[in-house]
Amino acid sequence: MKATTMSPAGKAADPLPMFLLKDALFTALIAVLLGIPFIGLEARNMGAVLELGTRWPLMFSLVGAVIAGRVVVMLWRLRRSRRLERAVEEGAAARRGVFQRLGDTLNNHMVLIGILAFAVAAIMPFMPFSSRYLVDIATSFLIYVMLGWGLNIVVGLAGLLDMGYVAFYAVGAYTYALLSTNFAWSFWICLPLAGVFAAMFGMLLGFPVLRLRGDYLAIVTLGFGEIIRVILINWVSFTHGPDGISGIPRPSFFGLPLSRSAPGGGTTFAQAFGLEYSPMHRVIFLYFLILVLAVLTDLFTLRMRKLPTGRAWEALREDEIACRSLGINPTNIKLSAFALGAMFAGFAGAFFSTRQGFVSPESFTYMESAIILAIVVLGGMGSQLGVVIAAFALVILPEWFREFQQYRMFLFGAAMVVIMVLKPTGVMGRREPTIRLHPKTPAAAGEAKP
Amino acid sequence: MSDASLNPALLEVEHLTMRFGGLVAIDDLSFTARRREVTSIIGPNGAGKTTVFNCLTGFYKPTVGCLRLLHPEKGELFLERMEGFRIAQQGDVGRTFQNIRLFQKMTVLENLIIAQHNRLMRASMFALAGLLGLSRYRDAEKTAVEKARSWLERVDLLAFADWDAGNLPYGAQRRLEIARAMCIEPCLLCLDEPAAGLNPRESADLNRLLLSIRDEQGIGILLIEHDMSVVMEISDHIVVLDHGKKISDGDPTFVRNDPTVIRAYLGEEETEEDAAHA
Repeated sequence: MKATTMSPAGKAADPLPMFLLKDALFTALIAVLLGIPFIGLEARNMGAVLELGTRWPLMFSLVGAVIAGRVVVMLWRLRRSRRLERAVEEGAAARRGVFQRLGDTLNNHMVLIGILAFAVAAIMPFMPFSSRYLVDIATSFLIYVMLGWGLNIVVGLAGLLDMGYVAFYAVGAYTYALLSTNFAWSFWICLPLAGVFAAMFGMLLGFPVLRLRGDYLAIVTLGFGEIIRVILINWVSFTHGPDGISGIPRPSFFGLPLSRSAPGGGTTFAQAFGLEYSPMHRVIFLYFLILVLAVLTDLFTLRMRKLPTGRAWEALREDEIACRSLGINPTNIKLSAFALGAMFAGFAGAFFSTRQGFVSPESFTYMESAIILAIVVLGGMGSQLGVVIAAFALVILPEWFREFQQYRMFLFGAAMVVIMVLKPTGVMGRREPTIRLHPKTPAAAGEAKP
Repeated sequence: MSDASLNPALLEVEHLTMRFGGLVAIDDLSFTARRREVTSIIGPNGAGKTTVFNCLTGFYKPTVGCLRLLHPEKGELFLERMEGFRIAQQGDVGRTFQNIRLFQKMTVLENLIIAQHNRLMRASMFALAGLLGLSRYRDAEKTAVEKARSWLERVDLLAFADWDAGNLPYGAQRRLEIARAMCIEPCLLCLDEPAAGLNPRESADLNRLLLSIRDEQGIGILLIEHDMSVVMEISDHIVVLDHGKKISDGDPTFVRNDPTVIRAYLGEEETEEDAAHA
């Protein structure tokens, strides 16, 4: 196999068609060797005895496909290596990949993109093409964007690989569910409380894992996520176990209920504003609620990055030992990242439970953590726009292609492999400095990667 | 300069011993470093030089011994009792590393701003004033940037301020790491092989930089170095280690002519030794 992975440039002696032929023949040989036992021969069940059958046509057509695929791959590699050679000749900065140039353009107009995206999101529910279905999907999408932004603090900025992030989402959701059903506390009181409780759990997780990094940290956080879920299932007297908690109150418009008639003869939202009652009011209100929460998360993170705490998060990700030699207390920095990241998951959780009206441990499986983590990693660690793009790819696209439901996990994995091969640092992998000494010029954008 | 009454001691290392299991890395080492002096620690590979630094800056806890820092403002501090990051935070001891440890994906300027973390943290009232955008934090940040700018000028990196630190040439990374350590305003600066990998012109520049830091900032410099052109030229005081033991202690002329040093370190095998270091 070694010969086939070698770059064609190393075999300059061969003319190109000869080289391709040799390579394809070698590939065919391997395909035949593997194909005979796997595909060519077949055990047929003939009543009581097994009989050896053959499937030569199928096998050889597959070998043919392997050869064709190999030639395509080799041609592509050749083209790429030629392009690289040309790039070296012309100066690396002059020729950059499509992705990189696109990324640079996006990076240079980040504020504009942010404002535009917010404006589009704000008018979307009132557009003629808008529907309940669309607003619902957009709401789910925004939950994941918010969770992605929250996890971005922990994973993207502080570099602490947290695979149990959904635990804090669950804490937030159950905080609101339990407080509202047991004590009838309003959503607006419970929302900050959910954040506070989730942040406390973040610290709780933070303390034992202070010394851990990388893989070890990932395993412990994964375990923590499972512990929370198992507690929710088994502490039946408190959480109602696997049955979950139902009848969670829907949020009110700052005291005005968004229902057909107010309980106890009060004024409803529709009456107060002289509108005809429509169930869409609540859907749109929830949409705006999560939009505001998500935008707050984003603005908070962007601001935090430019403050000493945020810079220390990034420094910690780069080199913890250097941080210590500069008098930065790594304990405080890690705990603040865990706590603040968890706080936003708590807010999102409280929103989730008021939107669904029902929570159960089913919603907080490891799968959710994995999706949120995938959003952060694919988007490009630390990039806020990257999170939005990745959340779109992982949440909205599967929704559109519902017919392919059974291939969802397969496509998921394939997409990750493709992105990691093409762009190992994520879709928006380039980091924007938090402070500049010299004003940014178009030339300076290239200068960052000489 | 070395008159004790004019130039008080800054660091007193007393009976420092560090054992890793059965291995004695440092054996009963005592020496004194003074303010406004460059104190060099030299010795063959594996003599325990970096271990001394790691004890001083809290990465190791010494097995035996006392590390007394006589801080010009804060008085007497016992470094062996302090947690790692507090030695830099409260003791004002800065250090660089043998294999450069910059924040590679952050810019040169950011590297220097992070070094001023504790001051900025207080100014931002633990991010609160910063989040609210109070002028108190904005002013502090401006001061921090000015400080970073003045150090960038001194190490000749001003034009590279917005580059990723990891993209700088090797020699520039070494200079940046020294500037970063200086941004914590240390009273003692520990440099672990700052001239390693530098060409002769760059090491001459480094000599000038270190002397100007010693004279203008008036701080003590502790230096581990193999490059004798650096050591002999700028040291006021040299401590020679071999197999964890101190074998000589004095000014450059004394050490250069000390028969023990010549035997242990500069002896017949000098050329082989040097080849091994390179």
